[in-house]
Amino acid sequence: MTELLQIKAVTKRFGGLVAVNNVSFAVREREILSVIGPNGAGKSTLFKLISSFLSPTSGEVLFRGQRISGLAPHIVARKGVVRTFQETTIFKSMTVRDNVIIAHHLRSNATLAGFYLGTNTARRDEAEFGRSADEIIDFLDLGAQRHEIASTLPHGHLRALGIAIGLATNPTVLLLDEPFAGMNHDETVRAVEMVRGVRKRGVTVLLVEHDMPAVMNISDRIVVLNFGVKIAEGTPKEIQENEKVIEAYLGAEDETIGF
Amino acid sequence: MKRTRNILAVAVFLLVVLIGVPWLIEATGRLDLYYTLTSVALLSIASAGVWVTFYIGRINIGQGAFALMGGYVSAILVVQYGVSFWLTLPLAGLFCAAASVLIGLPILRLRGVYFAMVTLVLTEVARLLALALPITNGAKGMVSIPLPGGISIFGLTILPDFATLANPRPAFYLVSVVLMVLCFAGLYRLVHSRIGKLCQSLQQNEELASSIGVNIAYLRVIAYAISSFLGGLGGAMFVAISQSIYPSSFTVTDSVNFMLNCFLGGLSYVFGPMIGTFVLYFGWDFLFETGEFQLLIFSSVLIALMLFLPNGLLSLRLFGKKQG
Repeated sequence: MTELLQIKAVTKRFGGLVAVNNVSFAVREREILSVIGPNGAGKSTLFKLISSFLSPTSGEVLFRGQRISGLAPHIVARKGVVRTFQETTIFKSMTVRDNVIIAHHLRSNATLAGFYLGTNTARRDEAEFGRSADEIIDFLDLGAQRHEIASTLPHGHLRALGIAIGLATNPTVLLLDEPFAGMNHDETVRAVEMVRGVRKRGVTVLLVEHDMPAVMNISDRIVVLNFGVKIAEGTPKEIQENEKVIEAYLGAEDETIGF
Repeated sequence: MKRTRNILAVAVFLLVVLIGVPWLIEATGRLDLYYTLTSVALLSIASAGVWVTFYIGRINIGQGAFALMGGYVSAILVVQYGVSFWLTLPLAGLFCAAASVLIGLPILRLRGVYFAMVTLVLTEVARLLALALPITNGAKGMVSIPLPGGISIFGLTILPDFATLANPRPAFYLVSVVLMVLCFAGLYRLVHSRIGKLCQSLQQNEELASSIGVNIAYLRVIAYAISSFLGGLGGAMFVAISQSIYPSSFTVTDSVNFMLNCFLGGLSYVFGPMIGTFVLYFGWDFLFETGEFQLLIFSSVLIALMLFLPNGLLSLRLFGKKQG
């Protein structure tokens, strides 16, 4: 399997604080890789570094061998590395369908002027976006909410909408920011299926997550961070048996680890 | 159905403003109304510009700067270089758009009240520049600017030379209204195309917009340039009518008013700035009778309107429709 994303010796300092310290690992094509770690381990920072919402202090992130760190987020998205946000980050006053349609921006063939004048290319784009949006909405089981205003959706549907927005960009790698946070057991089971479905579409998934049972269940491989340092990397089984990981989690929250 | 209704509404509006209003004015002899309505038309063009910046989620209190800039550009081109006014009209708009790209690149990174404060300062900067630059003739301003000449294509007169008209006011009124209709038609198309949706995506969440691949910096600058283009256009036309321009022709008060027009009409309606300008302008004139209480009543009514109609006057119409 080829390595799609390479995180090479990435370090991020905020003043005196080293949030991410010399972290390296690779994401292989079509795998589900999770980054876990106790609170404050630097997961979110690492996530922003990969999606280029932050630039590393040193080190670099490569996508298909090309450096993407330091580029503007929209350019990284254009290359195929797209992040989702936690649930509240949607286009609140648009309908579900409009949210997904607008997220097709990267697939447009027409220029802005073309859209203004309503050229044939623009009209073909619009029709295609509508069709594709409906397909994604059905795929993520949002059909009944299609014409609802996004801000009125319940929790689980918001999460699905976030993923729908991500999928609409036709990503190669989708970065999911805590897709199972705050969900009850049933919702988590459904969300895990959703993420598996995303992978089945040929998308590589990298997720940052707290929910241990879900992570163990879904991941092909896991990277564990603690205090900004990578302390382990391996299959769920290897991680569960890793001394350092158990040490990092023990004492503080051995219940939540779910081993 | 909706299409037919829209076409009908536009036709009725055109009939009223292009034929109905002039007929009424001539019949009642209130010729001063020409000037008032012309002002409303031009101010609503500049307000429409402010509305565009609202549409991408920025509070713009600096439109006065671009109205002033547009006015001076047109005046200088007409007086010093003898360019036809009708040519200076788009040039003034384009000059303002270009200037706003340079200004916008750094300041559009700011959000919320910070952007608003910088734009507020812009108006004052424009006034001070107009006072200081040699080409603008300082505090004395530029006066006796010639009236616009005629336009003819292949010997066919499209617009007569305004200087030959006994009373250029009706002509100014018609030109301004046509200009307003064109601007709002262009804006309507913008809002109802995909660009409108992209602007909305910026307004609602810039981070998410950039994560789906939208070049937010580019789109912001485009929107601000359109905004300033409209400001410059309105300003230039105003100068042609008053035949003069001073550093104080457009001040901070005007900038604030442009913004209020948008608020009053409704930020989510394309035609909000038009209605807002009309009501604000006539509301102010109407209260003239109350003398010293004019400002007090005016401000109280505005506060009440914003409290009870936070989505602007046009939200009233939708409310009524829902009930009916």
